[in-house]
Amino acid sequence: MAGTRSPSPRSLSDGSFRPVMVGGCVAAFVMVLSPLVAIVWISFFENKIISFPPTGYTLDWYRAAAAMPQFRDGFVTSLKLGVVATLVSLIAGVPAALVLARGRFPGREAIQSLLLAPLIVPGIVAGAALYMFLIEVELASGVQVAMTFWGLALAHSLIALPWTVRLVTASLVGLDPQLKEAALTMGARPLTAFRLVTWPLIRPGVVAGALFAFIASFVDLEKSLFLVGPGVTTLPIVIVNYLEWSIDPTIAAVATVQIAVISAGLVLTDRYFKLARAF
Amino acid sequence: MSNILIRDLIKRHGALVTVDRVSLEIGQGEFIAFLGPSGCGKTTTLRMIAGLTPASAGSIHFGTREVTHLPPYLRDAGLVFQGYALFPHMSVAENVAFGLQMRKVDREEARRRVDEVLSLVKLAHLAGRLPKELSGGQQQRVALARAIVYKPEVLLLDEPLSALDAQLRTEVRTELKRLQSALGLTTIFVTHDQDEALSVADRIVVMSAGRVEQVGTPREIYQRPATRFVAEFIGRTNLFPGGLDGPGRFRSESGERFAFGNADAPSNASALAIRPEHVSLQRGAPAPGGACTLEATVEDVIYRGALTEVVVRTASGARLAAHLHNADSGRDDLRPGDPVVASWPADAPMLF
Ligand SMILES: Nc1ncnc2c1ncn2[C@@H]1O[C@H](COP(=O)(O)OP(=O)(O)OP(=O)(O)O)[C@@H](O)[C@H]1O
Ligand SMILES: [Mg+2]
Repeated sequence: MAGTRSPSPRSLSDGSFRPVMVGGCVAAFVMVLSPLVAIVWISFFENKIISFPPTGYTLDWYRAAAAMPQFRDGFVTSLKLGVVATLVSLIAGVPAALVLARGRFPGREAIQSLLLAPLIVPGIVAGAALYMFLIEVELASGVQVAMTFWGLALAHSLIALPWTVRLVTASLVGLDPQLKEAALTMGARPLTAFRLVTWPLIRPGVVAGALFAFIASFVDLEKSLFLVGPGVTTLPIVIVNYLEWSIDPTIAAVATVQIAVISAGLVLTDRYFKLARAF
Repeated sequence: MSNILIRDLIKRHGALVTVDRVSLEIGQGEFIAFLGPSGCGKTTTLRMIAGLTPASAGSIHFGTREVTHLPPYLRDAGLVFQGYALFPHMSVAENVAFGLQMRKVDREEARRRVDEVLSLVKLAHLAGRLPKELSGGQQQRVALARAIVYKPEVLLLDEPLSALDAQLRTEVRTELKRLQSALGLTTIFVTHDQDEALSVADRIVVMSAGRVEQVGTPREIYQRPATRFVAEFIGRTNLFPGGLDGPGRFRSESGERFAFGNADAPSNASALAIRPEHVSLQRGAPAPGGACTLEATVEDVIYRGALTEVVVRTASGARLAAHLHNADSGRDDLRPGDPVVASWPADAPMLF
């Protein structure tokens, strides 16, 4: 009928669709958050045998965890690995993304796939392969690399790299190449143009990439499995080892610390760089 | 004194030649328009002048300075892109100050010049805004301000008005012309809109398939097109393929005979063109002695405001359009089917 609104296809803002969307969101949040909430909650339980409801609440498990050297060392190792891996992934990943986003050249697709491959190859396979590679290197050179911090750092850099490459590339794809050209015609040398124009615009992507790189390294289990050694064991592996022998709230306390580190990273980063802009 | 000198500029993409031996001399303060159909190489030529695309051959001089192999940041050109390319993270004032900052102009002086140029483009009150908080027309003016603030040796504009609506286009182009002549900026303006080119340019460079077809004032380009392409591309033209049939006589492929009076017609002419506004129509028999006539029948009458377009058809089927001014009084209305005689001044036909 003339003058009235014609029926439009259902859109997300359509009133009839709203309850479904809200319901879906709530369900997703519950599914994602409930295990986390449960772990945090359990970490304060008084009873050693985990049972609901708890008889009382205590901070003893945090004290116990902190007193165990394997958790302390694991935490420090994971933190150090995360930082090293993030730095390596930035140093290698940002220039790689800059070149990859710039345009077509022979081998571009291949390089891109190669850089993103660690995301696709199952971690345990990549870990085993890396282990064998490091052993070969060791045999050839006589220098021990497997089961050392730097062997692990190499593995973790591979874990981190695809994240920086992916997120920095994504932020460059949305960047108008004419912005840089405009800066050049106005008299900016290429480095100045990068510093004043390109960099401020891709920074959210770089920060998000660094954050995801850190988290991916910090929580990695599979790739590290073969590569840890005495004195250099990552926190997730310490947790798994501990779980083989006992299940008590100590492990929940350790996991809570892990969750806290990651959340703090996310919140702080978002506060300063508005992560949403990177996607 | 010529300000920009372009000699035999060529751009190759592999075997493909997209700019083919373009040569041009531009005077100080001159406003040049590059006009041509899409894909004819206008942007590529402009980018070579700016230094964003390397030239395959040829040379470019700014004044006495050869810039052919200089990077863009050493050339001193001001460029306005089609999409404006404003820096989204900088305010209007910061965008405009960028070129001055690169030239190490001191802060006080820079602020003064930014204010000055922003009031010139009537944007002083928006200096603190981000580009995304501006309308299309305002963004366009920021882009222009940003390119002229450092008084570049040449101002390059790549279809700067194409994102604006029709009314704003006319308004902004008048403003642009005013600014350009007030500042005496040597300017190259790329467009595929002939109206735009005709109304703002001192001289027009008509391009086709990478080549320069003609360089001339708007009047020369329109009244004395050098090639058949230019005649067809600029304005409306009645074009008849055919050949010469004796001195001062042309015979079209469909058999019409035309007489013409221009002495400089090429002897191997293969087409004759007449602008519709040169054609007049009378009812009845041909005027005695009027050699430049054709008998025809009215086919279509289209009222177009200031003028009426009448399309007539000859016995052999050739069509001819005439533009009749509606201000001319005493002209009786023609209707489809009316027999008429079309005539034109002896010097109106153009031969190619
Ligand atoms: N990198 C490239 N490789 C191959 N061909 C190209 C390249 N860049 C441009 N061309 C070709 O060069 C020709 C001229 O392009 P250009 O952008 O200069 O045209 P234009 O006159 O500005 O057209 P428009 O009015 O559509 O903007 C086009 O045919 C285009 O396809
Ligand atoms: Mg173009």
